[in-house]
This record gives sequence, structure tokens and C-alpha cells, in this order.
Amino acid sequence: MTSDNQPVDALQIEAVSHSFGKRKALDAVSLRVGQSGFCALLGQNGAGKTTLFSLITRLYDNSSGSIRVLGYDVRRQSGLALRNLGVVFQNRTLDAELSVMQNLIYHAALQGMSKSQAVERGMKELDRIGLADRQGEKVRALSGGQMRRVEIARALMHSPRLLLLDEPTVGLDIGSRQAILTHVRRLVVEDGLGVLWATHLIDEIDDGDTAYILHQGKVLAHGGVDEIVKETGTDTLKAAYAAIIGPAETGNREVAA
Amino acid sequence: MNAIIEGTGKTPGNAPVTEPLSVIGYWRCMIGIVWREGLRFLHQRGRFVAALVRPLVWLFIFAAGFRSVLGVSIIEPYETYVLYEVYITPGLIGMIQLFNGMQSSLAMVYDREMGTMRSLLVSPFPRWFLLGSKLVAGVSVSLVQVYVFLAIAWFWEIEPPLLGYLTVLPALVLSGLMLGSLGLLLSSVIRQLENFAGVMNFVIFPMFFLSSALYPLWRMRESSPLLYDICNWNPFTYAVEVIRFALYVQVNWTALLVTVGCTITFMSLAIFAYNPSKGLIARRGGPGGGS
Repeated sequence: MTSDNQPVDALQIEAVSHSFGKRKALDAVSLRVGQSGFCALLGQNGAGKTTLFSLITRLYDNSSGSIRVLGYDVRRQSGLALRNLGVVFQNRTLDAELSVMQNLIYHAALQGMSKSQAVERGMKELDRIGLADRQGEKVRALSGGQMRRVEIARALMHSPRLLLLDEPTVGLDIGSRQAILTHVRRLVVEDGLGVLWATHLIDEIDDGDTAYILHQGKVLAHGGVDEIVKETGTDTLKAAYAAIIGPAETGNREVAA
Repeated sequence: MNAIIEGTGKTPGNAPVTEPLSVIGYWRCMIGIVWREGLRFLHQRGRFVAALVRPLVWLFIFAAGFRSVLGVSIIEPYETYVLYEVYITPGLIGMIQLFNGMQSSLAMVYDREMGTMRSLLVSPFPRWFLLGSKLVAGVSVSLVQVYVFLAIAWFWEIEPPLLGYLTVLPALVLSGLMLGSLGLLLSSVIRQLENFAGVMNFVIFPMFFLSSALYPLWRMRESSPLLYDICNWNPFTYAVEVIRFALYVQVNWTALLVTVGCTITFMSLAIFAYNPSKGLIARRGGPGGGS
């Protein structure tokens, strides 16, 4: 555990490896997300981002290394770790048949919250994403971008200190992407949330962010975006990324600016 | 700067949640899971109608046709000769629960693929509790189906003693749990979203036909000792007998013990299968020796 006078990291991953048969999905990955920190996890599809998320959320077990959320080990203190964690999965996980508010109430119940707490908190979160007037509508009636924002609101129902987002802007138009990114960045500043944002889209990452470049299960570079760019002797993160994973690799990859 | 999150009264600023889950939290969680299942059920009217029509078709048509062919002698728990419709009613109740259990298991495979299962499993409550609540939710839905079926069947002169409607309730909860946990176990084994036909052919039909649902087992023994043995090994037979006896305010202790045993076994295996470090999900990868 960390000492008392130093704030504990929102997420601390030490030397985690994971394999599917012979294929090594993650190889000794270490990563930190501070409280009030926006951390981007950049990697193309298949780099291991979703596997890492599955380990953090305990869908799979990490039997090597350690994963701590707010200092709580996800294996030994999974209840407390999960209570401080909010997740937006890559797949849509809202119940399309139920209303927006019913989805939020269900999620709150899974966290042990009462219905009245859930409604109060849900209205606040919906208000923040500008969807308070849609609370009674079925999720089916929402656009893709609106669903994503509701999923973020849902992930925040139980006031977690760490928010994980797995490619949250996939399949959305530019306007919706920007709105979601802006909202999440605001959460970092206003709520002091630690955010781990997995993406393959370089233009979602700002110069001031912390980034981890994950490639074929390995962290090839990490640090402030400006540092990464400087170290590789390039001008932009896109060029730096290409230099890091190797020029031959980038030709037909999905990582896009 | 960390703004205080108002309204929740539990995690201002950077303070993480440190207190353990409360008993009332467990209760809210389970109610929430049952409530959602109920809402989904209400929204899927087609599922409800199908769940009712299926046994009713058997009762109105199949049973009417076979009434004269298949005579049922006096066997426990019946005190007189009974009509074939009366005999198969407990079997049809079992069928409702069997379909319901398999359907929720399939929904869970679907959920797992679509990610809703994941959002259930990130709940901080222990996994056995979440899966147990999911089972309770499925059983609650099956109870509604069964009682509506019994109400309609009453007009078809399936008239068990009034007290039987009450005594059958615990039996239904037990058989529902057994079939639900079997479904849960299957959902952890089935890898991908497969069509319902596969489950129908390899689980529902054999379980239903190779049981005492449609014919007393002594009749089965007359025609094939082998099939009789298979029926005797089929947990569904015992679930049906528990329901049959309970509906007539009696207890079949053998059937009860077997059903309880099977429920515990299936449930433990399902919880094991969903345990990230031990079960079948873990099969999907580990730290590996590395290359």
C-alpha cells in the first residue's frame, strides 16, 4: 500500500500478463492512473486493451502481477475495488427495452443503492449530459451518441473514483465523439475522477495527457504525450506512435488520426 | 480541485468507498435483479404468450387425442382413475419451467456476448450472490407463467384441491431453481450465441420426453427397460414428481431429495463455472508461460 501522505493511485497495475492458449495477450503490463488524471491507452485493435479491461473488472482473473483500484487489490478485495470503479464497455450494455431511468435504477441496485437514491442521482447525472428530459424514454429511441452518454452516466451512478472506458467513441460521428470526450475530461477536472480511456484514435489524445502505447500486449512507451513525442524525435504523437511500433506496422493499421 | 459530488452523501471529493456492503445493499441488489427480469418479461409479450400456448396446446390437443389411447391406472398421488389431461398437467408445468430455465440461460449467453452480463458481473457483490439473484428472478417469472397456466387449466377441469395451489408453490420454487441452475450451467459452457434449436434438440426434448411428464414410468418399463432406466436417471422426472405430489398436497420424499441434490449440484457447478479464477471462464486464458 502507499504511504498515508501520498494520494493512492486510482489504478495501479503491476506486471500483469495474460495468455489465451499460446497467444500472449498481455506481457508484463504495468500502468498507473492517478486520481484526477486522464490517461489514454493507445493501441490498435488486438493490442490487448479489452483483455486488460477484463482483468481489471474481474471477468478474467489476473494470476500474475497485481491490479489495484484505489489501493484495493481486485483479487483479494474485489468488492471494495469494484465499488470504486465505473466501467463503460466497448459493447453497448444498456437494456434497449427499458427506459433510460430504469437502466440507471437497475445499475444502482447492483451497487446496493435504493431506488430513491438512484432516481435522485440519476437525474443529476442525466442533467449533466443534457438528457434529463429523456429519462422516461426507452433506450431504443436514443441515438448512438446519446446511448454512450447514458452509459457514462450509469457508470457514475455509484460515485466511483476510477472510470474505465473501452473505445467509447467507436461508431460515433465526430460531433458525438467530441461531446463525449469533452464530458469525460470535465469529469476529471470537476469530480477528480481518474480516467483510463482506451482508444485507437490518436486525435482523441491531447498533448497534456498521459499515454500508454500498447502494442501486441506490451507497453512500448508511456509518459506525458509531449515527452513521448520528444523522446522519439518527432513532432506529433502520430509520428511518434509510428516510430515506436515500427514503420512497417503502421501501413495498413487501424490507428488513425 | 475536486468538487464534491452532492446527493449521494458517501463519496465527497477524492474519498473512496471504504465501508463493506450492507445487508440492505444485498437486498436491494436482489430486488433490482428480479425487478429488471420482471420488466423485461412484461415487455416481451410474445415470450409470455409462447410460454402459455406451448403447454396449452399439449393440454387441449395432445392430451385430448391421447385420452382414449393412454389409460392411466390409479397411481400415487391420485386417489381415483384420472384423465390423461390431469396426469400430464404437472409435466406441462415442468415444461414451462424447463423452457423458462433454458430461455434465461440462452438470454445469458446472449447477455455475455452483448455485454449485459458483464455489467452484472462488475457489481461489487459476490458472484454467487449475483448468479443466485439471477436464478431467483428467473424462477419468479416462471411462477407467474405456471399460475396463469393452472388458472386456464382449471376451466379445462384440471381441478386439484385448492390447498394444492398453495402447497405446489415451494415445489415450483425448487424445480424452478433446479432447471434454472441447469440453464445457468449450460450458459457458462455454451461458447457462442447458438440458436435455440440446438438447446431444444439436445436438452429440452430429451429431458421432457425421457421423463414421467407424459407417461407413468411403469408404462415405459413395459416397452423398454433401457428407456425406463434413462428416465429414472433424468432429474426432470423427479422435478415433475415433486410438483405432481405437491399439487395434491403430498410429498414424494425420494423425488424431493433427488431434486434438492440436483439443484445444489447444478448451482455449485454454475457458480464454479462463473468464478473468474477457477471456472470455465478462466479457461479463456491465464498468465501463461510466455514465449
